[in-house]
Amino acid sequence: MGKSFGSTKVLRNINLQINVGEVVVVIGPSGSGKSTMLRCINALEMITTGELIVDKIRLPKQRRKVHNLRLEVGMVFQQFNLFPHMTAIENVSFGPWKARGLPKKKAKELAGDMLDKVGLASFSNQYPAQLSGGQQQRVAIARALAIKPEVMLFDEPTSALDPELKEEVLNVMKKVAEEGMTMIVVTHEMSFASQVGKRLLFMDQGRILEDGNPMELIKNPQSERLKDFLVHVQ
Amino acid sequence: MDFEFNIILESIPSLLQGAKLSWYITIIGLVGGVTFGMLAGLGRLAGTPALGDPHFGFYKLGSRLIRILSYGYIEFIRGTPIIVQAMFIYFALPLLVRTMTGLQDFRIGALTAAIVTIMINAGAYIAEIVRGAFLSIDKGLVEAGMSIGISRIQLLAHIVGPIAFRRMIPPLGNQFIISLKDTSLFIVIGVGELTRQGQEIMASNFRALEIWSAVAVIYLIMTSALAFLLKYFEKRMKIF
Repeated sequence: MGKSFGSTKVLRNINLQINVGEVVVVIGPSGSGKSTMLRCINALEMITTGELIVDKIRLPKQRRKVHNLRLEVGMVFQQFNLFPHMTAIENVSFGPWKARGLPKKKAKELAGDMLDKVGLASFSNQYPAQLSGGQQQRVAIARALAIKPEVMLFDEPTSALDPELKEEVLNVMKKVAEEGMTMIVVTHEMSFASQVGKRLLFMDQGRILEDGNPMELIKNPQSERLKDFLVHVQ
Repeated sequence: MDFEFNIILESIPSLLQGAKLSWYITIIGLVGGVTFGMLAGLGRLAGTPALGDPHFGFYKLGSRLIRILSYGYIEFIRGTPIIVQAMFIYFALPLLVRTMTGLQDFRIGALTAAIVTIMINAGAYIAEIVRGAFLSIDKGLVEAGMSIGISRIQLLAHIVGPIAFRRMIPPLGNQFIISLKDTSLFIVIGVGELTRQGQEIMASNFRALEIWSAVAVIYLIMTSALAFLLKYFEKRMKIF
């Protein structure tokens, strides 16, 4: 696929196939198109060339089914984006209740389980403003998981967090990965890339320059661009 | 120069009758004003990302027309004095209807004209309040809503709407106070509201100082009560 905003080409010839259960980590400098690529996958942005296929739904051909596509793609944002006027459990149960059509009670039970999974069962009735950044992001992960998507997208999930709070979120993400979820994670956390990632993509200027095993690519970068980038990140 | 309190005491019943009418016009007028305001405010946002998913499923042609009509209404009302609007509705509009339909007896009552003027006038300003509130919603919240797969209507009803509504309360309270004071201008079309009552009493006893002081104080009490009520409401509501 490709994506342009007006005359600016942000994604060029992204030829990518991701398989069930893969944990893909995407790294690259700012402006390389990582976030845009992620946002194209759940149709927050519409691709301008090529085709996107998620769980048998094709875009742009099947525009009408974008709703169904989004039910299968969960997203966690850098800025958390929790609904401020709802408690944690209301935030998490909202998707299953309204989008999946579960009865409210069942949705709340499911939400309770999800919050428990991310370690925040006792915070169910707190509002986002009463939670720390790490806790908010964990609620956001629970919220995305609650609709039972096929794929989870993470857009720099720990970038807005204080260093001490990053770990709790990364641990939850590790847990999600270990349960077999297909994940695409845009991050600067190289430790996550090497410890949890199964596949590493390096993007630069709208292209995927390198694609392979995280440990190997970090040890032996093939391209100059990746070599440069790794130096700066370490 | 002597200030006679008695004059004020004698005029109070009359003035309070007028004040009652001022409230009446304001409250009914604002019910309509909020309705028009919501329609026009959201109308200006028809088809824009502020109301949900910008990429799929809105009819570009229809929404453009709605945006233009809303904008036209708002700019016309904001660009003309309220007195002129009142004159138009009370004098000019019935004339138009009489000549166009041939109904020789068609008239709009002064009170009705006053209420309609507040509806249309406040509506335009409230439209901008509504638009501002919806535009102030963090785009991230809309995206989060879209990501969990809810529809645009659900997004509006459960996420964007409730938050925008809370943000509208302070400026709406302000508009309430403004419209209440605006009713004083309806003296020009003969409505017996507070200012007009004051004018009539003064015309008969020439005690300008006592009467206008009393009228001013009554307005002050009314607007202060509103302001106090508004402050109380704001404290109780959580505005996100």
